[in-house]
Amino acid sequence: MIQLFAFYLFAAIMLVAASLTILSRNPVHSVLWLIVAFFNAAGLMVLLGAEFIAMLLVIVYVGAVAVLFLFVVMMLDIDFAELRAGFIRNFPLGILLAAVLAGELLLGLGAVGKGGIALGTPDGSAAVPADISNIQAIGQLLYTKYLFLFEAAGIILLVAMVGAIVLTHRKRPGVRGQNVPRQNARRPEEATVNMQPEVGKGVQL
Amino acid sequence: MIGIEHYVAVSSILFVLGVLGIFLNRKNVIVILMAIELILLSVNLNLVAFSSFLQDLTGQIFAMFVLTVAAGEAAIGLAILVIYFRDRGTIAVDDVNRMKG
Repeated sequence: MIQLFAFYLFAAIMLVAASLTILSRNPVHSVLWLIVAFFNAAGLMVLLGAEFIAMLLVIVYVGAVAVLFLFVVMMLDIDFAELRAGFIRNFPLGILLAAVLAGELLLGLGAVGKGGIALGTPDGSAAVPADISNIQAIGQLLYTKYLFLFEAAGIILLVAMVGAIVLTHRKRPGVRGQNVPRQNARRPEEATVNMQPEVGKGVQL
Repeated sequence: MIGIEHYVAVSSILFVLGVLGIFLNRKNVIVILMAIELILLSVNLNLVAFSSFLQDLTGQIFAMFVLTVAAGEAAIGLAILVIYFRDRGTIAVDDVNRMKG
């Protein structure tokens, strides 16, 4: 009973938040609703018994991706009213396409429910072990069977990081930075002068 | 009792909302990127639901990889957005065809 209630609560809030994400006038509100949607999706995943993915969702999406969105939305000085100009014009076409897509998906769901397509059964090589926790089971599978995919994921993240830095890095002219080799090459002889000025006469610097 | 159909229905609706978001905000790249995140979230929900109901962890592993790709995509997309805005002073996607390769 409590499970049913939790499912409908999380699902309803997630879908409402997702709708508000795409309908909000202000993109900052969109990002905040996106965060609500992610939290509730994490709740649904906890209900499914996938605690690790749920926590990963909270950490990666809410902690990194959503904050990145918020940062970009707030940093760029964008006229959002102008960007919303085509909203009403696009509305009928968008609703029509969404309705067609939803109809197709529900049709497919109904067809599977009638037993038309055999989904197959898992071969048991990645079966959920009974005696260990979710995160332990995922770790055991990830570092053995999916080791190369895991490393490929690491490479993807590295490429994304390097790419983002290369794209946004810029050299500003007129900024005087520190030139370490030139500093190190400098000797006292070329920097200082010994003078014996006569009394009453100035020194030319 | 909640069956797999409930989860598939919820993630289908979420997917449709993401597609609708792309169509409604055709000019605003930031909201388009957020809609793509919603689509990827619905895929993740589907993967985890099937993983749970089939008692097979593969779905959860692949949900992690989808998460990885989503994070990388958001970082690269927003970096492109920042340099585009720096260059043009706007983020309206209608004008992107002027980049010409």
